[in-house]
Amino acid sequence: MKKINKERAKWILQKMEDIRHFEAAAKKLFAAGDIPGFVHLYAGEEAIATGVCAHLSENDSITSTHRGHGHCIAKGCDLKGMMAEILGRKTGLCKGKGGSMHIADIDKGMLGANGIVGGGITLATGAGLRNQYLKTKDVAVCFFGDGASNEGSFHEGLNLASIWKLPVVFINENNMYGEGTPHQYASSTETISERAVAYDMPGETIDGKDVVAVYEAAGKAIDRARKGNGPTLIECLTYRDHGHFEGDEQKYKAREGKEKELADRNSVDEFKDYALKEKLLSKKDIENINKQSEEDVQEAIDFAENSSIPEPESLYEDVFAE
Amino acid sequence: MARQITMMQAINEALEQAMDKDENVFLIGEDQSGGATVEHLEEENEDAFGGVFGVTSGLMGKFGRERVMDTPIAENGYMGTAVGAAATGLRPVVELMFNDFIGYCLDTILTQGSKMRYMFGGKAKVPLTIRTTHGAGAGAAAQHSGSYYGLFGAIPGVKVVVPSNAYDAKGLLLSAIEEDNMVVFSEDKTLLGTKEVVPEDYYKVEIGKAKVKREGTDITIVTIGKMLYVALDLAEKLEKESVSVEVIDLMTVSPWDQDTVIESIKKTGRLAIIDEANPHNNTATDIASVIGDKAFDYLDGPIKCICAPDTPVPFASNLEQLYLPNVDRVMDTASEIIEDLKQ
Ligand SMILES: Cc1ncc(C[n+]2csc(CCOP(=O)(O)OP(=O)(O)O)c2C)c(N)n1
Repeated sequence: MKKINKERAKWILQKMEDIRHFEAAAKKLFAAGDIPGFVHLYAGEEAIATGVCAHLSENDSITSTHRGHGHCIAKGCDLKGMMAEILGRKTGLCKGKGGSMHIADIDKGMLGANGIVGGGITLATGAGLRNQYLKTKDVAVCFFGDGASNEGSFHEGLNLASIWKLPVVFINENNMYGEGTPHQYASSTETISERAVAYDMPGETIDGKDVVAVYEAAGKAIDRARKGNGPTLIECLTYRDHGHFEGDEQKYKAREGKEKELADRNSVDEFKDYALKEKLLSKKDIENINKQSEEDVQEAIDFAENSSIPEPESLYEDVFAE
Repeated sequence: MARQITMMQAINEALEQAMDKDENVFLIGEDQSGGATVEHLEEENEDAFGGVFGVTSGLMGKFGRERVMDTPIAENGYMGTAVGAAATGLRPVVELMFNDFIGYCLDTILTQGSKMRYMFGGKAKVPLTIRTTHGAGAGAAAQHSGSYYGLFGAIPGVKVVVPSNAYDAKGLLLSAIEEDNMVVFSEDKTLLGTKEVVPEDYYKVEIGKAKVKREGTDITIVTIGKMLYVALDLAEKLEKESVSVEVIDLMTVSPWDQDTVIESIKKTGRLAIIDEANPHNNTATDIASVIGDKAFDYLDGPIKCICAPDTPVPFASNLEQLYLPNVDRVMDTASEIIEDLKQ
């Protein structure tokens, strides 16, 4: 695994900033009534998607969750296409048919945000099977929440990946809540990573607010998978800064002790400090990246707002492959 | 003035009255109270969520967490648990947040609970109510907007109820909870906020009975759930063209009320069915086939099924509106019928 060099550092900060800005825009657009349905925001958890995807190429696949914007951005999905998608425009990555919860771009190895909790887990196992079958060195990475770890698909998916030694990395985002239900109530084990024992794979819990820690742990697991040594489960401890969905009053949140500690942290600022200290980025670099990201997201909004809505006929298209 | 409350409040009231009446009734599902470990909520008789739509709100404060149970996100786990509890004497009311999540827990409904009574020679009963939501129109896209009541209706041993208003919702839910069978109670998520006059007392609406909502002589339109309002709008429009429409709210999708539908066709000679589900192997096609078989002689023209298109539910608002059967779309079919009537 490569250490974070200047180029990597730039990439990481840029993706983190893109996620922050994109999510801030989505929040505003939703409040203005421009986005139908639900919006689940990821900002605050961006260290995980970026730390992991920093190791991936377009040949590698990821599966995502209903909170998928961050994973899409980190996997290289086009911001314009994403914004157009959540506004329901025909220029959206899914032609306006999927929306926020189903953004996907197979060409970029992004197998979809997912409206079904735990839905991506076995799909990632399947992508891993494909990699092994075709003898590629590609890996599949599955992002999933603490809530999802209680679905049957988690247990079945990890077992299959383990018995076949598939190149899959399971990245659990433990943000402490599944909707209004805390992980500590919903899970029989204190950590999710200790469940790895049952499936005979390495498991560890790491600081999911620290992009460097995520980068290092994911790098090891991805190397292991590429070498044919099988799957790994990594639990990234983080915090869901936003409501479950926009508009959620969050009456169930405690915001004390460890929760408050995590809530008060800012992964982006922490990484900036790190990069400055390690001389990976200069202050000027940081400013430029921020500016660039703001511009890119604004451009995406303009593009989306100026795009037309889907043609009526498209309702009937893409049900079957022709 | 008679009290008007929303469908959501009516369902909540039914749950409260059923729980008051029978200690074996309890609620189980995701975020039924929400914040399962937050103590102050209990003290203040409040819930963080009350189910994600807020339908079970306030019940945890009154009945405690033993009777308003939050579950992990584990549909197969809690649905199976509910089946097991029902088969051994309790009366669980499960909330499956969106009917689209049925994939995870269909097994316990299809191959376990629904078959127990039959397989066990009539010795078991499974008094289980499954509350769930269906329907497009909320911008929730393909994995949260399906209408799968027809799919449940295809399972022997399962009754399926789809209320169109707050009054029927309360009465049907109380009937469902008292039933010794598995009942799927499917709420259209876009109707939950609609108001109706609802009595405060405990009353039941019979499962398996349809209601004639508007009398007419030229054509019968059978509707399911929200489609009732499409038919009523259409009936108004057609009245101006001197076409008299009889509208039937089916209310129970399985077993559906053949007598009421056939009686109506005897009078009108024509049938159209509006069903928001996809157009094949659904409730509409079931009705058409049964009527074709049993009431062919009373028909003066072809049966028309007006359904959603044969596609998943799209996200973009304009496409979603096209997806839903609405008055304009139904008008096309109506015009054909009018032409037919004139001949
Ligand atoms: C099968 C299924 N069950 C329930 C839901 C409703 N739902 C959507 S997100 C969510 C919470 C998921 O929690 P978690 O996996 O921890 O992810 P987080 O929201 O914390 O990122 C639930 C219950 C769903 N979409 N799919």
